[in-house]
Amino acid sequence: MINLLAANWGDFYFILFAGIACIFAVAVLLTSNVVRMAFYLIISLGATAGLFFLAGAEFVGAMQLMIYVGGTLVLLIFGVMLTAQSRFISMKTHPRDWLLAVIVGGSLLMLLLTAAFRVPDWHNEKHAQDAASQLEMADSKTATPLGLALTGVRVDKIDQGDEQLKEGMSGYLLPFVIVSIHLLVVLIGAAYMARAKRAVRVSQDEETEEEEANPEQDE
Amino acid sequence: MAEFINSMIGQEGATFGYVVAALVHCVLLLHVVAVGALIFIWLERKVSGRIQDRLGPTRVGGKFGWLQTLADGIKLLAKEDVTPDGADQMLFKLAPYISFAASFAAFLALPFADGWVANNINSAVFFVLAVLGLEVFGVILAGYASGSKWSLFGAMREAAQVVSYEIPLGLCVVVPVFLAGTMNLVTIGNMQAGWFSNWFLLHDPFTFCVFWIFFTCATASVNRAPFDLAEAESELVAGFHTEYSGLRWSFFFMAEYGSMFLVSGLGVILFFGGWNGPVPIMHIIGWADSGGLTGYLANLAGCVNFMLKATVGVTVMMWIRWTLPRLRIDQVITTCLKYCVPLASACFIGAVGWEVLDIWSPNHLHLGAAPAHTVNEKWATAPRGLPDAIEPLMPESEQHSKDGLLPESEQPAPEQAETAGVSQPARTSLLSASSQQEESP
Amino acid sequence: MKKQRKKKRTRNRTNNHLPTRTPWDPNPRQTMLTMLATTTVSMYLAVGAVMFVVGVVCMATKRNALGVLMGIELVLNGANINFIAFGSQYLRPDSLGLDGQLIALFVIVLAAAEAAVALAIALNFYNNHTSIDVDRAEELKG
Repeated sequence: MINLLAANWGDFYFILFAGIACIFAVAVLLTSNVVRMAFYLIISLGATAGLFFLAGAEFVGAMQLMIYVGGTLVLLIFGVMLTAQSRFISMKTHPRDWLLAVIVGGSLLMLLLTAAFRVPDWHNEKHAQDAASQLEMADSKTATPLGLALTGVRVDKIDQGDEQLKEGMSGYLLPFVIVSIHLLVVLIGAAYMARAKRAVRVSQDEETEEEEANPEQDE
Repeated sequence: MAEFINSMIGQEGATFGYVVAALVHCVLLLHVVAVGALIFIWLERKVSGRIQDRLGPTRVGGKFGWLQTLADGIKLLAKEDVTPDGADQMLFKLAPYISFAASFAAFLALPFADGWVANNINSAVFFVLAVLGLEVFGVILAGYASGSKWSLFGAMREAAQVVSYEIPLGLCVVVPVFLAGTMNLVTIGNMQAGWFSNWFLLHDPFTFCVFWIFFTCATASVNRAPFDLAEAESELVAGFHTEYSGLRWSFFFMAEYGSMFLVSGLGVILFFGGWNGPVPIMHIIGWADSGGLTGYLANLAGCVNFMLKATVGVTVMMWIRWTLPRLRIDQVITTCLKYCVPLASACFIGAVGWEVLDIWSPNHLHLGAAPAHTVNEKWATAPRGLPDAIEPLMPESEQHSKDGLLPESEQPAPEQAETAGVSQPARTSLLSASSQQEESP
Repeated sequence: MKKQRKKKRTRNRTNNHLPTRTPWDPNPRQTMLTMLATTTVSMYLAVGAVMFVVGVVCMATKRNALGVLMGIELVLNGANINFIAFGSQYLRPDSLGLDGQLIALFVIVLAAAEAAVALAIALNFYNNHTSIDVDRAEELKG
């Protein structure tokens, strides 16, 4: 309790958000009810957005909330509700598949964790413990530089000392345009693929052929 | 406040003050939301009564019945906790709190006066829009977990409606953000200081139209009539909150009234000058921009002003609810996709064109206090190592309508210019002091 | 009177004679104790790794097509956490900066697009087979 005042509360919030993200990700894995899976995923991704805010990327954090949680997951939940036959559908996986997956996943996790903690530059606390300078920096203003970078102008080039790194900092206009066209294509494609069709009745061959031809005549 | 508490602890690099400051802000905002809901429910009953040629509550708490909502709240607290049998228990119980949490979280970025904001996020507009979009989860989960067809239909319709109306809402919100040059709500509010000619509403006719489209989309976004088929009393019993009673139902209601106040407040800051009144009384007296007690009182008056304006917005929403008939779901989506989106896009192009062509607007008069609150990022004023094609373009976007007629009472600004050792006559900012001090020309 | 204990002379154990070309930590045990003290890039990477692996196992074991889709979302989020951690100014003085955040931004947008298409495919499958079980999707098998 003595350390309550002196502790670095930024670390506490990091552990809180990281714990929520990881625990609810595991909960997604373990539960068999699809709607609950979607719900746990929402919380996990929300905690990830919190981690983004803690790391100083407040624009990306807000984007994560808006696009991922507010868009993609709403889509997912709609899909879940449209495809759930009985209310709480559950499909069990064979234990053999579980074992194999856990072995592969576990070894991958060990490898990644070892790699994460081996490079000394990545756990150098001298910079991380300088809380005073951290609090000064805590006024993160990344929205406008990000927006300008997307239009091709990298305004953080001014601060960059190293000449080689400075040359490597390019604008992101081309990926931005490509992604917008990509989104348009996805919009059209997904809307076309998920259009309402008449259900195919598998009774007789001539009937099925007729009914399959009908949706294409619709539009 | 955080630094004060931190210095009181006396240890180096203490961060506990931030936690305490955050808690205090959260508790204050919780009071705003809860008491606001109380007042708005009473106001709704009175307004609806008067529109329907009756009186509304008149017994509890004197002649005007202003304690009626409190009595209703006590009754709701005492109700039996009923959950339907076929319901998914955990999701059923969690759903109202998710809705309320999303509605409350957006208040964290909403400023009530100059600097009176829980968290001065630099991309506050975006954050508010993002968090408002999370309210739909509570609705969907409530509809699904209730285990009844009517709830599910109501929830699906509402989710489709809210998600569809986020598009024109975003388009409408972008226009004042573009005019201000920042997404920081405190800066946007400060830019409209002075007489009402400084309000973004009066910047050009396109922005004027955009406000009305924003109001329509905001009404649809919070599921108020005429877009309230999710809770349509005549069709779906009560839509997604059919199975809810007692305190859980009141959480949904608090979320709804909280969201109404929030989008109303957002519209007020973006278009109606925020806490700056139509008449700049505080500037005329000289209390604004001064430190100490008078500065605090000026900010307090601004806060009261802001709340009054937001309440007017909420009252107009209530007025519309009890006047217009309800739209069908296909009419709702038609309104969104066929009317709101093209209109908002056209007005956006018009407003952008107005600004780029530098056509005259009442904002350029700068009547009243000077809006010398520039959006001063250090890379915009430091000597640039940028390619030559970009350099001439950059200053112009900052200079327009932002050069200072410094009022007499703007004391902090010359001090900052001196301490930073930079002589910049026109580009001062009351807000981005830290970015100024980091400049190294 | 207490005699002052002479400080035991230990051999000067440094690695100065070794070439310092390797980026690997020469003293892992000591750093292990101190590196859990504050938030560092490594801890963010650990969180990202956990989310990634959980997503992979989710993709591998779920029979519901939407469960597989959720696994994909988890994988992409794990990668995003890595990018943001490398681009964070609070954690390292020489960070990736805006590049990390921009890449994470693009990943978010592309993940949303891909989730939409995957959902359309899943809905199509459900419309044709009345089941969302991926184990039933074996018409093209063999």
